[in-house]
Amino acid sequence: MYETPILQVKNLQKQYGPGCCHCNDLENSMLEKNFCKACGTVYAVRNLSLELYPGEILGVVGESGSGKSTMMQCLYFDTDITSGAAYINRPGKELENVFDLSSQQKRFIRNHDYGMVYQNPVHGLKMNFSSIGNIAEKLIAAGNRNVADMEETAKRLLTNVHIPLHRMKEEPENFSGGMQQRVQIAKALSNNPPILFLDEVTTGLDLSVQAKVLDLIKKIQRELQISMIVVSHDLAVIRMLADRTIVMLNGEIIEEGLTDQVLEDPQHAYTQQLVYSLL
Amino acid sequence: MPMLEITGFGKRFTIHHLDKTMRATENIHFTLDAGEFIGIVGKSGSGKSTILKSIYRTYLPDEGKILYESDRFGLVDLAQVSERQMLYLRKYEIGYVSQFLSVMPRTTCRQLVTNALLEMGELEEIANSEAEKALIHFELDPKLWDSYPNTFSGGEKLRLNIAMATVKKPRLLLLDEPTASLDQQSKVKVREIIEKLKSNGTTLVGIFHDIEFMDGLCDKVFDMKSRTLVMEQKVGVSSES
Repeated sequence: MYETPILQVKNLQKQYGPGCCHCNDLENSMLEKNFCKACGTVYAVRNLSLELYPGEILGVVGESGSGKSTMMQCLYFDTDITSGAAYINRPGKELENVFDLSSQQKRFIRNHDYGMVYQNPVHGLKMNFSSIGNIAEKLIAAGNRNVADMEETAKRLLTNVHIPLHRMKEEPENFSGGMQQRVQIAKALSNNPPILFLDEVTTGLDLSVQAKVLDLIKKIQRELQISMIVVSHDLAVIRMLADRTIVMLNGEIIEEGLTDQVLEDPQHAYTQQLVYSLL
Repeated sequence: MPMLEITGFGKRFTIHHLDKTMRATENIHFTLDAGEFIGIVGKSGSGKSTILKSIYRTYLPDEGKILYESDRFGLVDLAQVSERQMLYLRKYEIGYVSQFLSVMPRTTCRQLVTNALLEMGELEEIANSEAEKALIHFELDPKLWDSYPNTFSGGEKLRLNIAMATVKKPRLLLLDEPTASLDQQSKVKVREIIEKLKSNGTTLVGIFHDIEFMDGLCDKVFDMKSRTLVMEQKVGVSSES
């Protein structure tokens, strides 16, 4: 190995339900898709391992219900995991499984190492706070206390995402979907996170707005060298953004490879179906 | 020490939907020294592109070895290297050029070439000036520099692709049918460009269906039909330089 991953996830598992003798065994569990008929347990994410390297964009594709968003929520501590480990390459803390940390320490990671952009801006923004206030909130959480500095940072970020500064004191609820998404991205970037999670960020935006958001993401990667996990069911988005791609089905990774290889020479039956369905 | 050595390479495609496995190519052997130009010829469907795309990992190679002498990693088998290593090689050592352009939309010709340098970590100023040099070198009309390439002609797209790939000064450049569907005049231009690349010391693998056009330019020709490697007489550019 010639480089160290910035984020390493090992055997991540998230299940809803107790599990039973019919489904506990990973190798020969008798599941219907990701559902155990004997005990009713749903396996949202099963034995998922991945590595994210510095400065790369890792694409995650899969149909609705394949566990993409659950995986992101687990990594961002939005939901508890069933089992598994994740290691962030932070000085002196490389061997700490972040899922074992206290909630304060998890919050510290969220405030300093992670940024998250949700598909629905309602989850990432306080809709009735001003846009600049939303960004300040994250900056304060990250330990910032100087108002002038924070205002300057917020202005720079909003300019970067093309939000006119004369509207910075407005609440995001007055904004269009695309603008809300860009405010959310500005907020997620405000603490200079080395790792950024993007969950279906362009879904539901019209094409020209989608294009602007994609350009912005690409620019962020190039200029700030931030590592990103980009979840999308849209292969065109993944093709545009991701260096490497993993394909999920029923909570498991079924294929991974270089993005152009996954799209041009897919190996798994499901990936082939996905790619051949592309218009 | 050859820069590229392919032994026993083969590739099959399995289509699960149709329950079918098709063999694209098999039994490919050739070697290439640094600074050489190998032409792969054969009719369409004979698997020429498959070889090239497998070297670049756009296709996943499944038989044989593709040994490449890397600057960064030493001798590696491109069929086995990790994805991250392959990305590094694509960024810094191996370029791929075809007539088809698949680039970030809404990006001008000039930006595309500049971005290719920026992603290698080049400074903005240097990237800008190097990009301009490349655009001049490959004779793209300055009128086109600040427009989007989706309306470019086949020949212009190709030259933009070559500019984007060569501005990074790759050690190995893969040319996928660079002359297909071009008129005679554009072909001559491509030939001149290949001559320029060769004289700069770039190692090249090119696939062509009409080899006459490459007469005197290739050091070696691999014929897909007979599976043999023919050494060309050292004529043309190579003897002049």
